[in-house]
Amino acid sequence: MRYLPLLWAGLFRKKTRTILTLLSIVVAFLLFGLLQAVEVAFESGADAADAKRLLTTARYSIIEPLPMSYQRRIEQVPGVIGVAYADWFGAKYQNESNAFPVFAVDPTRYLDMYPEFTISGEQRLAFARTRTGAVAGKRLADRFGWHVGQKLPISSEIHPKTDGSLNWEFDLVGIIDAEDPAVRGNTDMVLINVAYFDEARQSGKGKTGWYIVRVADSTQARGISASIDTLFANSPDETKTQPEKEFAIGFAKQIGDIGALVTRILIAVFFTILILTGNTMAQSIRERIPELAILKTLGFSDGKVTALVLAEAMLMLVLGGGIGMGTAVAAMPALNGSTGGRFPPLFVGAETWLLAAALAAIVALIIGLPPALRANRLKIVDALSGH
Amino acid sequence: MTVLVEIRGVTKVYHRGRERVEVLHGVDLDIPRGDFVALMGPSGSGKTTLLNLIGGLDTPTGGSIVVQGRRIDRLSGGELAAWRAAHVGFVFQFYNLLPALSAQRNVELPLLLTDLSAAERHRRAQIALTLVGLADRARHRPRELSGGQEQRVAIARAIVSDPTLLVCDEPTGDLDRATADEVLRLIQMLNREHGKTVVMVTHDPKAAEYARRRVHLDKGTMTAEPVSW
Repeated sequence: MRYLPLLWAGLFRKKTRTILTLLSIVVAFLLFGLLQAVEVAFESGADAADAKRLLTTARYSIIEPLPMSYQRRIEQVPGVIGVAYADWFGAKYQNESNAFPVFAVDPTRYLDMYPEFTISGEQRLAFARTRTGAVAGKRLADRFGWHVGQKLPISSEIHPKTDGSLNWEFDLVGIIDAEDPAVRGNTDMVLINVAYFDEARQSGKGKTGWYIVRVADSTQARGISASIDTLFANSPDETKTQPEKEFAIGFAKQIGDIGALVTRILIAVFFTILILTGNTMAQSIRERIPELAILKTLGFSDGKVTALVLAEAMLMLVLGGGIGMGTAVAAMPALNGSTGGRFPPLFVGAETWLLAAALAAIVALIIGLPPALRANRLKIVDALSGH
Repeated sequence: MTVLVEIRGVTKVYHRGRERVEVLHGVDLDIPRGDFVALMGPSGSGKTTLLNLIGGLDTPTGGSIVVQGRRIDRLSGGELAAWRAAHVGFVFQFYNLLPALSAQRNVELPLLLTDLSAAERHRRAQIALTLVGLADRARHRPRELSGGQEQRVAIARAIVSDPTLLVCDEPTGDLDRATADEVLRLIQMLNREHGKTVVMVTHDPKAAEYARRRVHLDKGTMTAEPVSW
């Protein structure tokens, strides 16, 4: 701390230049914060995946249905301790643009599979007991102003009722949420009770979309997956079972490899920052060679002067990076509000902050090291005489 | 009177490309504690080189330099830096203050290398500034001060850590006569009242009159050492 005034004075010796350089660092870290938040949101499904959960879908396409009768057979596979199924309903609320996922599930079995979802015991019971019951994710309920106890009129894109109508009505009996912001995006859905859905739909009775399988030991997941698939091999409805994380990553990649895209953009941004700030830093130190020589004259060792130059680079990155990341965090509520809940919740987590800190340290080291080494090698007599 | 600086057979050779330039040729010099020596001589005589060696800014090619009983020519770079911080104050022709720092902060710089608290560093810098008559300019940046004031801040910085030895390289070379006399009286006061040993390089005979004695160098060799101590 005792050297902070000296570092600060050195950094802001030429205010305009430093402020412009800082602004470029702020923008780089703002972009980093925002893009990382997008990447984390896209990968939240995979991140929230439970290693003990497997997904069983039809072998060739997830849109092919599977018989509900598979549930009992999968339950009997050694190592399996729980099974639930879910079916894609495909819903819209009020108009075409209000689309969100709706899954037809066995309430108790499904919620047992996702202990990370929070729902009150009373509402959970009501969901299990109400044949026309539905529960909605909190963000979704907030977005549309839904409240427990109301009717939920939604239309399906693919499932007509027995009377041919695509318009369905459910009773909203509960709200689900999650404490972990990475999981909260996975609650942007409505769950409906399959008992009523299966009875009231025109076609596809006795079929479901996919199975969620809980295993006792995650290290046995591969073997159990193979056992499940073997069970239905050569049947009209063959299966493909995989760990939930693999499934989530594959699903996210259908949209695009967001991670690779984000990485490429950030590489371009930080490469530019390296050149810009590296040049500014080198120029700033070059201009202060006599001042560094004075510090050495006064008794500052070569190592201390080297450390001061590196610390100045670090201070610039900490300042610019901190403001940039802080701005990204401050922008999150507005961004989340503007997506109207159509996008998983964006947030800057601890991991992103750690990454930003590591990035700042690396950039500071790269831009600070050349001038620091120059300062280290500086000979007082030569520097003071202008050589 | 005990000898503070003992220089024996000091040579200094520089290499400029393939050219070998011997700046000092076996210089011998004793500087008693409490002395005020003016090192004089024409340009290129080696007086600044000798001053740099006495102040530990450079190391000799040959010979020995003993200050307060310690061979400083044998110290490593790090040891020499620590030795300078503890024993030597420097005053230069062009003041060499850090332009981004206030007078107060400039004076505090050598104290950053000590274990003193911020409050104590501040207090000592205030005392040094008061001693040079600039307590009311503590918050001013160098560019807000006159040349004479800048040099007095530089002197405050040189004495703030209470060094034994003050080395001054043309301290009045950039000042008008009246201001130069003020600065020289200040250095003289530090020598006479505070017991600082002063070695001052100057080409100005009037400036040299403030010293207790004058030492002449010519082409890297001592030419005379009148003893008036």
